[in-house]
Amino acid sequence: MIGLTDIEKRFGDNLVLKGVSVSLDEGSVTALVGPSGGGKSTLLRCINLLEIPTSGSLRIGSETLEFRPGGKVPAKDIQRIRLQTGMVFQNFQLFPHRTAIENVMEGLVTVLKWPEQRARTRALELLEKVGMAHKADAWPATLSGGQQQRVAIARALAPSPRVLLCDEPTSALDPELAQEVVDVLGQLAHEGTTMVMATHDLRLASKIAQEVVFLDAGAIVEKGPAAIVFDNPQRERTRRFIASLRQEAQGGAGGEKSKASS
Amino acid sequence: MEEGFVPHWLQLMLESLPTLLWAALIFTVPLTLLSFALGLVAGLITALIRLFGPKPLVMLVRFYVWIFRGTPLLVQLFLIFYGLPSAGILLDAFPAALIGFTLNIGAYTSEIIRAVIGSVPKGQWEASYSIGMTWSQAMRRTILPQAGRVAVPPLSNTFISLVKDTSLAAAITVPEMFQAAQRIVATTYEPLILYIEAAALYLALSSVLSALQARLEVRLNRYGGFLEANA
Repeated sequence: MIGLTDIEKRFGDNLVLKGVSVSLDEGSVTALVGPSGGGKSTLLRCINLLEIPTSGSLRIGSETLEFRPGGKVPAKDIQRIRLQTGMVFQNFQLFPHRTAIENVMEGLVTVLKWPEQRARTRALELLEKVGMAHKADAWPATLSGGQQQRVAIARALAPSPRVLLCDEPTSALDPELAQEVVDVLGQLAHEGTTMVMATHDLRLASKIAQEVVFLDAGAIVEKGPAAIVFDNPQRERTRRFIASLRQEAQGGAGGEKSKASS
Repeated sequence: MEEGFVPHWLQLMLESLPTLLWAALIFTVPLTLLSFALGLVAGLITALIRLFGPKPLVMLVRFYVWIFRGTPLLVQLFLIFYGLPSAGILLDAFPAALIGFTLNIGAYTSEIIRAVIGSVPKGQWEASYSIGMTWSQAMRRTILPQAGRVAVPPLSNTFISLVKDTSLAAAITVPEMFQAAQRIVATTYEPLILYIEAAALYLALSSVLSALQARLEVRLNRYGGFLEANA
C-alpha cells in the first residue's frame, strides 16, 4: 500500500500542497486530475522524492518517512524510496547517449549492480512488453515520441518498482502517438501494475484509472471511483473541470486545426 | 651534398629537422599532453566546486580563475620559475612550466566545463534520480558524457592554443622545439629559415589535433545530441 498523509509542500512562500492525504491500494490505478498549477505534478514528485515534502509522511510498502520543515532526509532513505518507484516523464527524458536497451539496463547495472547479461535479458523482456524490442539498439533521437515514451516506461519498470508514477505521459504526443502509450499503460494496469498518473488526458484517465483524485489549488476537491468522479461529480468545481476536458476531447481529432481557425 | 643540387634553405631545414623533432618529442609533446590532462582535472574540480561547492571554496576558486585568466601566461611562468626561488621554492624548468601551464589550462577549462554541465537539461538529472542513481552516479553516467560532447569544440580550442603556447617555455629555459630552433639560429644565423620551419612544425602538430577533434566529434555526435534540441 502507498500512503500519503498530510503532505504539505512549500516553495518559498508559495504553499503548493496544503495537507494532502491519499492512500492507494496495491494493484490500483489512480489518476490525478485538475487544472494546471493545482499540484498534480508536485504531488506525484513527492512520492518519489524528486520534491521533498515540507511536512507530512509517506509510506510505500513497509517504508515510512516523516517530513518536518527544515528537516533533512538522509540520502539513503531517499534512494530506498526511489528504488520502489518508477517515473515516466512528460517529455520522456530518455538518456540520449544510450540506446533504447541501454536506457532500460542503466538502473539495473549502475544502481542495482546486476551483471550486464542478466540486465540485458530483463531489459529485452520489458522492451517486448512495451512493443519496442525491435528497436532495442536504436538511439532515442531516431524514435518517435510515442516510441520514446514506451522505452521510458520500460526503463521505469526495470527495477520492479511497487508503483509507476506517470507525469502527463501523453501530453507531449499527438493523439495517434498518445494512443500507443495509452495502450501500453492500459495493458500494464490490466496486469496489476500499481500506477499513479497526473494527466489531462481524459481518454487515458477514463480508460485506465479506477480511482480519481481531483486536485485544485493544492488541495483535494474530490476523490473516488473513476466512474463516479467522471460521470457524476459531486462538487461544482469538479463538474466544471470535467466538462471542459470533455469539450476539449470532443474537439478531438481536429483539435489543432480548430484551435488555429478559431 | 653538392652545391646547387639541393637549395641551401632546404638543406638547412633537413639538417635541423631531427633536432627540432627530437625536442618536440621529448619536451613539446609531453609538456602539452601532461599539462592538458592535469589541467582538465583541475578544471573539472574547479567547475564542480563552482557549481556545487560551499561558499568559501567557491570564492577561492573564483579567485584562482580570476588570477590565472587575468594575467599573461608568460608572466605566470616567470613568476613560478624565476620568482618563487626568492620565496624558497626552487623548481626545475620542466616542472615549473608544467605547473604554470596546468594552472592556466585549469582556469580556462573550468569555465568551459561549468558551462557544458549547465547545458545538460535538468530533466536528465531527474531521470537519473528517478531510477535510483546517486548524485555522483548521475554525474558520471548521465551528465558528464552528454556535457563532454558539447565540450569538445571549446576544449579543442584550448588544447590547440596550448600546443603553441608551450613555445613560451623556451623563455624559462625548457629546451623544447622553439628553443631548439633558437639555438640553431645562434650558430647558423638563419632566423628566417629556422623559424619558418618551427612554425611549420607547430602547424603540423595543431593540424593533427584538429583532425583528431573532427573524428572525436563525429563519434560523439552519433547519437544526435540532446533530445529536446531536436524536438
